[in-house]
Amino acid sequence: MNRYFWILGGFAALVVLLAVGLGLNPRDVPSPLVGKPAPAFNLTVLATPDKTLGPKDMQGKVWLLNVWASWCVSCRQEHPVLVEFSKKRADVPLIGLNYKEVRGDGEFDMSKMPAAEEKKMAFKRAAQWLSQHGDPYSLTVMDLDGRVGIDYGVYGVPETYLIDKAGVIRMKHTGPITPDVLDKKILPLVAELNK
Amino acid sequence: MNFRALIFALFFVSTAVFATAANEAAMATDPVAEKRLQALSEEFRCLVCQNQTIADSNAELAQDLRREVRAMIKDGKSDKEIVDFMVTRYGDFVLYRPPVKGITLLLWGGPLALLLFGLFALQRYLRQRARRIEAETPLSDAEASRAESLLKDVDLK
Repeated sequence: MNRYFWILGGFAALVVLLAVGLGLNPRDVPSPLVGKPAPAFNLTVLATPDKTLGPKDMQGKVWLLNVWASWCVSCRQEHPVLVEFSKKRADVPLIGLNYKEVRGDGEFDMSKMPAAEEKKMAFKRAAQWLSQHGDPYSLTVMDLDGRVGIDYGVYGVPETYLIDKAGVIRMKHTGPITPDVLDKKILPLVAELNK
Repeated sequence: MNFRALIFALFFVSTAVFATAANEAAMATDPVAEKRLQALSEEFRCLVCQNQTIADSNAELAQDLRREVRAMIKDGKSDKEIVDFMVTRYGDFVLYRPPVKGITLLLWGGPLALLLFGLFALQRYLRQRARRIEAETPLSDAEASRAESLLKDVDLK
């Protein structure tokens, strides 16, 4: 009796351990950037290619940085949520970071594409996608080669960062934003940071 | 069996060699740097596939990260600087050998703890078993002769 108790107990403990482990999201890697200043960048703005934008220009505001690309399937899923959000909360700037618009697609042989052509194509594709699906962004900046994405630890689009008035990253959300994430995670923190 | 395993091994090695050769031809000119890149890449986890190193993975991000590591090697950065670059962006998760600290204690100490627990359980079991054997009373003479005759019967059959 005693022995069976131990074996069964051990088995039950193992089952609980595995159940908890399987319930966790392996994609949910905690970002070391939370609590750190947002990495600097200076990227071309999609709508006005003669201008650039960086986190410095956003100082004094609580803002969201949303990483997206037209080839990203999950971005399509979160897009209506962002469009809705931008209509309701125009007071919270939402900056788009277009991540590897052309070379991330996998459709093109980048070794045969000159940089000028990649740039032209990226701007065209990004603008087209936004006019087709709605543009929730105050501005979108173009990270053609994904170098800024690396500084932000981007490993799967879409990703969203919440940055405070001092330019410090306060939250990172990996994966599509759902109304639930927006209402329970992002907006309460925005309200708190805006106090 | 062995032959088949060998064929498989050769197949995988050859595809791996071709895959790297095609992408990283640029660095082949500098074998020392290439070796460092290879060694470093094997320390970093690809965040897209999660169970491959960035040396093994052909994911876009792994290619980008190899490019970054290569650029840093070219710039003469030390291994520590390169590791720090990765950790500040992706956290300890990017390291296949995470540092020993509070949150990774279970990871590092877990196997040892399990081993100790196993040894303890084994010792306990062996002791109990020895006690049980000791406690058993030997057969009386009558029982012994009966057992013997029973065994003889079995032997004859």
